[in-house]
Amino acid sequence: MTKISIDEVRERAEIDAKRNGYYLNPDPEFLSSLLEGLKQNEDRYNYPSCPCRLASGLIEFDRDIICPCDYRDADVMEFGSCYCALYVDEKVRRGDVKLGQVPERRPLEKQAKAFTAKSDKDQKIKTEINDQSVPRTETELELWYCKQCGYVAFREEAPLICPICKAKKEMFAKIKTTVSYAK
Amino acid sequence: MEFFKVVGSRNQHKVVLFTLSTCAWCKLLKKYLKDNYVQYSYIDIDLVPENEKETIRKIIRDKGAPLSFPTTIIDDSILITGFRKDQIREALNF
Ligand code: SF4
Repeated sequence: MTKISIDEVRERAEIDAKRNGYYLNPDPEFLSSLLEGLKQNEDRYNYPSCPCRLASGLIEFDRDIICPCDYRDADVMEFGSCYCALYVDEKVRRGDVKLGQVPERRPLEKQAKAFTAKSDKDQKIKTEINDQSVPRTETELELWYCKQCGYVAFREEAPLICPICKAKKEMFAKIKTTVSYAK
Repeated sequence: MEFFKVVGSRNQHKVVLFTLSTCAWCKLLKKYLKDNYVQYSYIDIDLVPENEKETIRKIIRDKGAPLSFPTTIIDDSILITGFRKDQIREALNF
């Protein structure tokens, strides 16, 4: 597996910031430290999970914290920066608003899962291997979107690479839809 | 559980940090304590074996705190979530 370079991590973040009207953290040292963290996570988990949050290392539990995480936009809107302060808004960039640590928006159950998911799963696999009667679960088609370019696919699993921007599978997130009917 | 100890002359309090090796705020906190000669121990949770993570989760949750990093525990009683210079200075009187 070829490792991602720090320049690639930086470039990806720059493009994303620009596309969304955000800026990267104006402090070069702080920024480097975050980009390093993202690289380290991508090297070990194969996806750039948030450097300031504990990841489980299992993609199904970490999808919401793959950078840019599902909480970024709400945090930049409310506090002027994302949880890690990688992405900031115009006011923070200019120094009109002081940067502080943003409270965690990720639900506590999800945070807690990161501590236990892996040991739980190892345990489950061990039991399943011993228990031959566990039936195979049916798969269903789902909507996936590429967090890098917005491409949407409707299939069992996310594509191996995005056909549009070539982002890898881990950059896909599920789209959750709720339909309610009026009585 | 293996904690790393950073020695400092300001050692009247027991300062324990729960951190991530990748987190920028955690790095700032470690540097801030070091620059102020505070003695502390830390553990980078992303690097510990899986079975120890649950123990750490309990320690933090038992104090009613969120599972955010850095988390600082001073003298086993005061818990500070995040890199909050003022709160740290106040708790350590400097
Ligand atoms: S908080 Fe910021 S750095 Fe962390 S995953 Fe979200 S957008 Fe990326």
